[in-house]
Amino acid sequence: KPVSLPLHPKTRVAVMSGQSSGCGFLMSVVVHGDSTLNEQEKELNQRLRRLYPAVNESETPLPRSWSPKDKFSYIGLSQNNLRVHYKGHGKTPKDAASVRATHPIPAACGVYYFEVKIISKGRDGYMGIGLSAQGVNMNRLPGWDKHSYGYHGDDGHSFCSSGTGQPYGPTFTTGDVIGCCVNLINNTCFYTKNGHSLGRKKSNDWPNLYPTVGLQTPGEVVDANFGQHPFVFDIEDYMREWRTKIQAQIDRFPIGEREGEWQSMIQKMVASYLVHHSYCATAEAFAKTTDQAVHEELASIKNRQKIQKLVLSGRMGEAIETTQQLYPNLLERNPDLLFMLKVRQFIEMVNGTDSEVRCLGGRSPKSQDSYPGSPRSFSSPSHKASSSQPYLTGFDSSCCNGVTSNKSHSSSPHSHKACPPSSGSTLISSDISVNGSRQQPLTSDVDMEVDHFTNGVTESSSNGFLNGTSKHATEPDDCDADMEVESAQSKRQLCGGSQAAIERMIHFGRELQSMSEHLRRECGKNSANKKMLKDAFSLLAYSDPWNSPVGYQLDSIQREPVCSTLNSAILETHNLPKQPPLAQAVGQAAQCLAIMARSGSGSCAFASVDDYLH
Amino acid sequence: MQEVTATSRHYVDRLFDPDPQKVLQGVIDMKNAVIGNNKQKANLIVLGAVPRLLYLLQQSSSGLDLRTECAVVLGSLAMGTENNIKSLVDCHIIPALLQGLLSPELIFIEACLRCLRTVFISPVTPVQLLYTVSILFFLFSVFTSDHQTVLFNHSAVQHIAPLLISPSYKVRMQALKCFSVLAYENTQVSMTLVNVLVDGEPLSQVFVRMMQRDQPVEMQLTAAKCLTFMCRAGAIQTEESCIVLKTLPCLVRMCSKDHLLEERVDGAETLAYLIEPDVELQRIASTTDHLVAMLADYFKYPSSVSAITDIKRLDHDLKHAHELRQAAFKLYASLGSNDEDIRKKITDTENMMDRIVSGLSESSIKVRLAAVRCLHSLSRSVQQLRTSFHDHAVWKPLMKLLQNAPDDVLIMASSTLCNLLLEFSPSKEPILESGVIELLCSLTQSDSPALRINGIWALMNMAFQADQKVKVEIVGCLGTEQLFRLLSDPDNSVLMKTLGLLRNLLSTRPHIDQIMSSHGKQIMQAVTLILEAEQSIEVKEQTLCILANIADGNTAKDLIMTNDDMLQKIKYYMSHSSVKLQLAATFCISNLIWNEEDGSQERQDKLRELGFVDVLHKLSQASDPNLSDRAKTAMQQYLA
Repeated sequence: KPVSLPLHPKTRVAVMSGQSSGCGFLMSVVVHGDSTLNEQEKELNQRLRRLYPAVNESETPLPRSWSPKDKFSYIGLSQNNLRVHYKGHGKTPKDAASVRATHPIPAACGVYYFEVKIISKGRDGYMGIGLSAQGVNMNRLPGWDKHSYGYHGDDGHSFCSSGTGQPYGPTFTTGDVIGCCVNLINNTCFYTKNGHSLGRKKSNDWPNLYPTVGLQTPGEVVDANFGQHPFVFDIEDYMREWRTKIQAQIDRFPIGEREGEWQSMIQKMVASYLVHHSYCATAEAFAKTTDQAVHEELASIKNRQKIQKLVLSGRMGEAIETTQQLYPNLLERNPDLLFMLKVRQFIEMVNGTDSEVRCLGGRSPKSQDSYPGSPRSFSSPSHKASSSQPYLTGFDSSCCNGVTSNKSHSSSPHSHKACPPSSGSTLISSDISVNGSRQQPLTSDVDMEVDHFTNGVTESSSNGFLNGTSKHATEPDDCDADMEVESAQSKRQLCGGSQAAIERMIHFGRELQSMSEHLRRECGKNSANKKMLKDAFSLLAYSDPWNSPVGYQLDSIQREPVCSTLNSAILETHNLPKQPPLAQAVGQAAQCLAIMARSGSGSCAFASVDDYLH
Repeated sequence: MQEVTATSRHYVDRLFDPDPQKVLQGVIDMKNAVIGNNKQKANLIVLGAVPRLLYLLQQSSSGLDLRTECAVVLGSLAMGTENNIKSLVDCHIIPALLQGLLSPELIFIEACLRCLRTVFISPVTPVQLLYTVSILFFLFSVFTSDHQTVLFNHSAVQHIAPLLISPSYKVRMQALKCFSVLAYENTQVSMTLVNVLVDGEPLSQVFVRMMQRDQPVEMQLTAAKCLTFMCRAGAIQTEESCIVLKTLPCLVRMCSKDHLLEERVDGAETLAYLIEPDVELQRIASTTDHLVAMLADYFKYPSSVSAITDIKRLDHDLKHAHELRQAAFKLYASLGSNDEDIRKKITDTENMMDRIVSGLSESSIKVRLAAVRCLHSLSRSVQQLRTSFHDHAVWKPLMKLLQNAPDDVLIMASSTLCNLLLEFSPSKEPILESGVIELLCSLTQSDSPALRINGIWALMNMAFQADQKVKVEIVGCLGTEQLFRLLSDPDNSVLMKTLGLLRNLLSTRPHIDQIMSSHGKQIMQAVTLILEAEQSIEVKEQTLCILANIADGNTAKDLIMTNDDMLQKIKYYMSHSSVKLQLAATFCISNLIWNEEDGSQERQDKLRELGFVDVLHKLSQASDPNLSDRAKTAMQQYLA
């Protein structure tokens, strides 16, 4: 039968342009004639991520090379702006020239380090390695002026915002590797020579210092290493010491006389968390043993649990129906939510999992039988796990990925994507912060998923949180492999392969299309909704939707944000928090760290929230 | 069965015999009875032999043989079934055996170790008992190199190595301590350690990991010690990164104010030991983390603040003050032992010379020794001798230190004195005036070769270009008898320095004649003796030089000219295979035939008769330019 749905060629174009831009990148590498560049770049990124995991590079990029714009004219740059040479007359100190790195050192580094190798000391070896703030005169060596520091090769002196240096270390010359380490926690810095620390110096806490190098006589050439190569000095060992110090500080943080309160507070948090995610039996047992009251009726919790189970197993039609039964006005008042649920239903139809297409003859009974103990078996592995092992699910709110360590499938159910699609409360801010750089309005939920997904696959994210997600994104594939999809891979077909089901799906798609148009007329344009629908329909543009660029939507993990959003909406109608306090606290902590990073407090580097979510 | 038990009981009964000799025989018989006989072993255990054996083993009155045999029998019992081991452990065999390790008798220790090993390798021995490794360490701390070897021969290394990766910190730590004790100044152990793998990883890498900065300080420090000892024993090269980039920085870090006083002492001492023989490590350490300045803080205890505010802290500071100072001096001594720039850096450190000076007269012998070591190290610098040493009159406390000091202090102090007596040292004069000669002469009579060398060395330096009064005083004070005793000293360096002293005494003509007129006979005798003896080329060369000096005197010449035997000897050495000796001998002849002096004609004639001209003629053709020149110059004396 003819498919009369609009095909959205744009999507495919977009994909192609993505590919071609990839080619362009490769070509540019070839043009540079440096086949190792790519390798080096990769190594650099890896090293920087390992050294500075707390840095959010979309907000505060790390220095990666010298800046061709922020230098004195006597400075020449080459080799990808890593090599610096002097090209002035070099007659007097007035001929001194400096260059700064492209970016200042982010406070979230905690401890920052770079090295410079002296390729040639030139005529006199008047070289200075150090730091300076934006705007400090570049016609000088680092350290001579206010807001700059430098260690000079000719006399081994250290200059600290002054024309006269203090005896500091040995002199340095051709072949030496000089390093500069900034400790943003205790505001000290030290230099190294050939891997040996030369001794701590107190520094003022000026924010946003740039790695800087200055030269003064002809022939002087130095190469920078911002992480392109292994460092001669063992900076990681130094960082280990500080990580241990900071963590000890946290561990020793005095709780004092509030110890009793502390315990009851934690119990409340756990209880509310269990209730929020409808782990009724556990919540009940926990409340009993810890002598607490549950603020929601058991029946209500069970209702939510039922709906969640349906969503997580992909039975969207039933989920919508049940919601409408149990919470009559909820979806009517919340058309965007309904739309979202319907789009998900469409996707599940394509997948062959929605109840409406399933009854039309999709699934083999065998796969249903594979879940003994579950009278109405679901094919979603994540659901199976979460129903049988509720304790292990960990935090499944938007704020945490600590669950990655949890090997059960339940680790994936509700990863970070549970950003509630409403706005206005303080909770939102913590949500956003948790998602790090991705500060899109929350309504563009699906949009976000796309980003996350790509990040996850390429593993290029520097954000601990996103890293976590990337695992989620890949893990379910494995889960599916043995549970659902792969067992049917050979016959994985649209809507489970039933012709009737396809017709039903297409019909449903048309309804969805008209609902979208209706919504637009009623509530105005909504780009998020539009994109959501477009992405869902794009599935039909491929002969094998599961292996298409938009195939990720079919992944059962994508049910989780939908489930979480629906759950939050239900809770809100009961005047209950749409997010459990536990998640809120975690979000709060993450937000604090982000604020610390922005306000220049380096200890945030070694206090990752993830470290405490085991 | 009944019978067996009866014989077993007999063995046990004999252990209680009042005659120790019979007890010993009983134990030996028991030993023979239980070998390979599990039933017998079980019987003896049931009959309560173990507590009695342990009792005998622990009594020092038992005598070495009995105690050793007891340990052997217990070891034999341990070889039996797992139940046997359980019974032994229940009887507290382990503490008893560990206690046994403290014995000075190696045979007994060996027997105890063998038994311990059998007990420990058994799977039924509870893991907690491994904690007793800590007791082991306590024991090791008193061990000598003999003990190291015994342990080594009992494959202690193989047994302790796996404990380094034990999940328990305590066990890891104690194993690490064991290694530090085993490796100390022991090349054999250290060489083995470098090849040991722990879970596929070389031991040195395991130590490096233990030095990581997030590890407990105690562990970092002890791991650094292990690597230091292995390095000093020659098992690891100093330029290897695990030493130069890991151990050295780790030890420097331990010296910083952030650490406990004990750790700072330990760190500085270990670092001093590590860098002592290697100038490159000294250079690197001297620039690492401002170490030289950091050490200056070691002298600030007890601080004035602590005295007022906190009695407890004052007490603590006072306790460690001496240790800190001596550690700092030791490290300064190592740092400055080779490099002139480092020495300058040290003497430029705030109040450094004053601190050394007051350290020399501190009540603690350890501090005095370390201070004088430091002074000695710095005294190798010509510049420091001329400047800071003189400015601070270091010779005064040094002289004081030399009175009634123990040998180790005396060795260092006298060695320093040698340097202070070098001719360019401005301290030489005041030291001379302080009556040092007598002291040095008494040192030459010491039993310690090092002191004899230093004494005679200092005298030699003192005699160099000295005026006659001093020389007379030296000879007078030392006495020819002692001088000749030194010339036959078993220590070759003492002999060399004594010859050097003689050479210095016998320089400038009036001095030569004066000394030879009073001691000529003995000196000639000594020279003859040495030239006739089996001596090294260097010794003979020095002796011939002395002879040449004598030949330079006016009246002294006759002592040679009238001694035909000596002339024959000189002739012999002119044809010796060693150019050095040929040169010295030729020099001597050249002095004898020198023209412008009284009686030169007679001497020339006599020597010609003896065939010296022919020899000189031959030497003038020598391939060595110095020698041929010397010979030609001598020949010219005949022509003029």
